[in-house]
Amino acid sequence: MSELTGRLAVFKTYKLYVGGKFPRSESGRVYEVTDSKGTWLANAPLASRKDARDAVVAARKAFGGWSGATAYNRGQILYRVAEMLEGRRDQFVAEVAAAEGLSKAKAAAQVDAAIDRWVWYAGWSDKVAQIAGAANPVAGPYFNLSSPEPTGVVAVLAPQDSSFLGLVSVIAPAIVTGNTAVVVAAEDAPLPALSLAEVLATSDLPGGVVNLLSGRTAELAAPLAAHQDVNAIDLAGADADLAKDLEIAAADNLKRVLRPTPPNWSADPGTGRLLTFLETKTVWHPKGT
Amino acid sequence: MTWRYARRYAPLVTMPITVPAYGKEAAGRLASMADVTADDGALRRFLHGLPGVDEVGLQARAATLGTRSIKTTAKAYAIDLAISMIDLTTLEGADTPGKVRALCAKGVHPDPTDRTAPKVAAICVYPDMVATAKEALGDSGIHVASVATAFPAGRAALPVKLADTRDAVAAGADEIDMVIDRGAFLSGRYMDVFEEIKAVKEACARPGGTSRSETGGGSAAHLKVIFETGELQTYDNVRRVSWLAMLAGADFIKTSTGKVAVNATPPVTLLMLEAVRDFHAATGVQVGVKPAGGIRTTKDAIKYLVMVNETLGEPWLTADWFRFGASSLLNDLLMQRQKLSSGRYSGPDYVTVD
Repeated sequence: MSELTGRLAVFKTYKLYVGGKFPRSESGRVYEVTDSKGTWLANAPLASRKDARDAVVAARKAFGGWSGATAYNRGQILYRVAEMLEGRRDQFVAEVAAAEGLSKAKAAAQVDAAIDRWVWYAGWSDKVAQIAGAANPVAGPYFNLSSPEPTGVVAVLAPQDSSFLGLVSVIAPAIVTGNTAVVVAAEDAPLPALSLAEVLATSDLPGGVVNLLSGRTAELAAPLAAHQDVNAIDLAGADADLAKDLEIAAADNLKRVLRPTPPNWSADPGTGRLLTFLETKTVWHPKGT
Repeated sequence: MTWRYARRYAPLVTMPITVPAYGKEAAGRLASMADVTADDGALRRFLHGLPGVDEVGLQARAATLGTRSIKTTAKAYAIDLAISMIDLTTLEGADTPGKVRALCAKGVHPDPTDRTAPKVAAICVYPDMVATAKEALGDSGIHVASVATAFPAGRAALPVKLADTRDAVAAGADEIDMVIDRGAFLSGRYMDVFEEIKAVKEACARPGGTSRSETGGGSAAHLKVIFETGELQTYDNVRRVSWLAMLAGADFIKTSTGKVAVNATPPVTLLMLEAVRDFHAATGVQVGVKPAGGIRTTKDAIKYLVMVNETLGEPWLTADWFRFGASSLLNDLLMQRQKLSSGRYSGPDYVTVD
């Protein structure tokens, strides 16, 4: 290529996304990312447990503002993410095709489905209270109202088999209700996730709401599962053995745990993931005078 | 280079044996320096004769000392040492007796889930809260430090400042944190600042000589002198004011009030540590240092401890000679302490909200 055009190739340095910034790993480590045939694509940062710790601090800091934003505002921002993705569709099609060894048409279908998924979840932001909340009948002169609230910081292990559609399908339901997330990208195909960070950073999503780490899932998941300041963990990207260990570690501070299921990421996602990371607040209000 | 002025005054010192600044012998040692504090001109010549500060070198040295990697058992030691050096501080207009009592309880048992955590060095409050703090702390051995002299601005007449100090001492304060008159210092009236510090030191004496024999300082409250280095403009000024305060009899020198934009920074603290080292070499008098404000993380605290160890050495690595003025630092130290003992990262839900 360079002989033809007379230009030197400009390689992209993939970086982590923590607290709205793009740092390298604290450890300075990187690892080689290859396509499905083993050809080198890029070096991705190999995040350490200290990066995970910093990401949790950033996520906790962002939680107050994000959970306090109106549902309407959060929905608009998620919709904005979809808009930004639409503009960079070709880049993501190329990255997904390389990462998963798909044909261009199949990769395009994945990216389109991912964009649609952002829109689908964006719509849920101001509707989730209607299905998860209720006015409860009680035997007394009270109004009794239950309303869903975000649980806090959610650690998300992104699925290993679907580098982009799967990733979006686990991030969007966690953050749309007001949680903040620390996401560990698919170990062997982190590039679409790291590029998604650039989209998130330019979509009015406050820094720290989504934090993306690339590296060894097992290395990063252990401190996240044991972390006392993480409220929930989504084990989508953990294999059975790892998931068991993580679930034991997560029990120490009673994290909400979403067990891995063999999912079909293309199917209708349903509200399962959305409702997992919610707490129910119940208010008793006296009736009459 | 910094030893030059130490050497110049070496003949004046009869015995270079270390004496604490609050001890009886210290006055004699300071008297040996009486010629430089004899009048305004001599004091000015002395302070302006101190070598200028190499700004780039100072910052580079402070940055280098911040790169040490302190891990595992050394880290555990450093965390416990830092906790034991904290002046747990609440200096808000909204302070209530209840809040002061809660802070005192926290000072005695910083981590209620782990009684092996050491207690803090002192509780630092406004003068009107001294009695409350004193009562809450009882015989725990934790000192009560009180700010005084129209803290934090220091803009009041001398009699008011002295009355403020005497009030705090009478209420039982073990330590007095005074602020210097930065206006006088910056306009070059060094003698005014000197006399003011001396007067406040005298006001720290406890008439009747009650209690407090365990501090080794008789009955007088220990005096910490706050420079508010963020308002002193230059490093040269920090070196001058450090010598000025130590010559006037300060037991501790303290960077800042925590009420202005720039508080304790590593270079300023290093400079003050060096001044203490040089003063000690010249007179044998041991003076303590207290950086205050802006130190919020364990990492920062450990950097300061490294700086103390490398500049002054082990004799200063105790709560008697080095303190952190801090409020939020303690929670971070406790979270790190929990991480070391449990292996799990801790969170703000597991420490108190102050």
